[in-house]
Amino acid sequence: MAEKKSLGKEFTKGLIAENPVFRLVLGTCPTLATSTSVVNALGMGISAMIVLVCSNIVISLLRKVIPSKVRIPAYIVVIASFVTIVQMIVKAFVPALDSALGVFLPLIVVNCIILGRAEAFAGKNSVVASAVDGLGMGVGFTIALCLMASVREILGAGTFLAGAQNLLVLFGDNVLGGFNGFTLPWTEYLTPMTVFILAPGGFLTFGLLMACANRLAESKGKPRAELGGCQACPMAKNCALLAEGKACNDEKKEGEAV
Amino acid sequence: MVNGKKLVVSASPHLRTKDTTTKIMLDVIIALLPALGAATAIFGPRVLAVTATTVISAVLSEYVARKVMKRHNTIKDLSAVVTGLILAFNLPVSIPLWMAAIGSFFAIVVVKQFFGGIGQNFANPAIAARIFLLISFGQQMGNWTAPLAWKNADAVSSATPLAILGGESAEAMPSLLQMLLGVRGGSLGETCALALILGGVYLIARKVISPKIPVAYIGTVAVIMLIAGKFDLEFLAYQLMGGGLLLGAFFMATDYSTSPIKSNAKIVFGIGCGLITCIIRLFGSLPEGVSFAILIMNLLVPHIETIMAPKPFGTVKEKKSKAKEGEAK
Repeated sequence: MAEKKSLGKEFTKGLIAENPVFRLVLGTCPTLATSTSVVNALGMGISAMIVLVCSNIVISLLRKVIPSKVRIPAYIVVIASFVTIVQMIVKAFVPALDSALGVFLPLIVVNCIILGRAEAFAGKNSVVASAVDGLGMGVGFTIALCLMASVREILGAGTFLAGAQNLLVLFGDNVLGGFNGFTLPWTEYLTPMTVFILAPGGFLTFGLLMACANRLAESKGKPRAELGGCQACPMAKNCALLAEGKACNDEKKEGEAV
Repeated sequence: MVNGKKLVVSASPHLRTKDTTTKIMLDVIIALLPALGAATAIFGPRVLAVTATTVISAVLSEYVARKVMKRHNTIKDLSAVVTGLILAFNLPVSIPLWMAAIGSFFAIVVVKQFFGGIGQNFANPAIAARIFLLISFGQQMGNWTAPLAWKNADAVSSATPLAILGGESAEAMPSLLQMLLGVRGGSLGETCALALILGGVYLIARKVISPKIPVAYIGTVAVIMLIAGKFDLEFLAYQLMGGGLLLGAFFMATDYSTSPIKSNAKIVFGIGCGLITCIIRLFGSLPEGVSFAILIMNLLVPHIETIMAPKPFGTVKEKKSKAKEGEAK
């Protein structure tokens, strides 16, 4: 069972120390696919965050009712319901975002951050803690996406927040004086590097930012993951194996027998 | 690893090789000089500006990256100079200089230093940078200047021979003599076949590179193109001298840290490069595939080495028939 923490810590751990994208390396597919522009990343991050908080609350409420043998299908049903709701809302109120995100909006159903938090946290903890955990992880995911998207959009397209009206349409027509993003001043002289909008640039940015996040998390005096063994793993606090005094390596050997 | 540590071995005398990284790199630079001279004659003095940009920014990137990462300074081994030179050879002469500098930065910092510096890079830095620039700046990287046009006031653009062969351009083909001398459109260092062969032979004669990779590479392309061209020798000659095949085979596929060490594996590596090059040239949407072929084979090198691991002396291969009998029982 996970050790008790203050709610503030449950929230802040999702930002850097256990950032779902850069530290836990979850949700890589939507991260790479939707971080081509900051507006898309923001839309994706917020949608996923809403689903994450709602599903964490419901799963935490039902955690004593769901039999552990069928918990994954049960979690998926809960998550899929919320994704459907979010998708309908997005379609109705921000249609441009819906068409920009395309298949990645319904694919939030199988986003491993959401299923991972349900399995690792919401299924074992109280409703309030689960909601805060979901919010922290959701904010962490959104920040990670926006960081990636900022680098990729600025270098790859030479714009920042382009298509902002796609999101701002939520608050009415032509809010903020019809603000629709900046075109960076140097694009007149320097051609943007298309590679950053494409997949290779996405992986490149991902790797570099992951290195920065690791450096940031480690600089707080925490042991490096590869040196500290299982105790230093970002997932250590939620690891069922570790609670039983085992390590992941043991499981691989036992896994064949199970 | 040896630095600063005692290396305990048996009693002397020991033979020491006089080869150092610096000497080898100096040989490569000497081998590249004829092609650089030819390129300057064909495409004009801007060749020197592009080359100077890539070389200087490569050395600078190496110096700063090592400094920031708190590693010892390695610019004296000249490997950054070689990377810069080869990268310049892979660019069209009309490329904006800042793009060339970004290519050098990518080659040295991302491909080489992030993975541990010289000897640790997973792919040839110059090739990776060329592909990075090709994807980033497709228009500028495909802007071929006509040969000898620099003497006139206006630069004329021209198609590469492979693009003409592929039917993408209706321009007249350069003659075979022009191909040999390099008077054709293309990247600035790849055109002069004569100078590249001269440099390659120099490297082989100085035993800097083994002939296995270039021979296997060019041989494979020759065989496939002979069949694909229905034994048309002229088509074959254009295929061998066109594109970056000679530059790639002699100078880029033979890079020490990204090509196999074992002799059989070298041949497999060369054949693989040839095969991918031909597939891209014959069936791909791009006219040229040398850089992609070498990059893909770079990534496969560890696997080729594992598969081609030599049999330890004295062991006997288990007979298949016996193994089958064992199963039957």
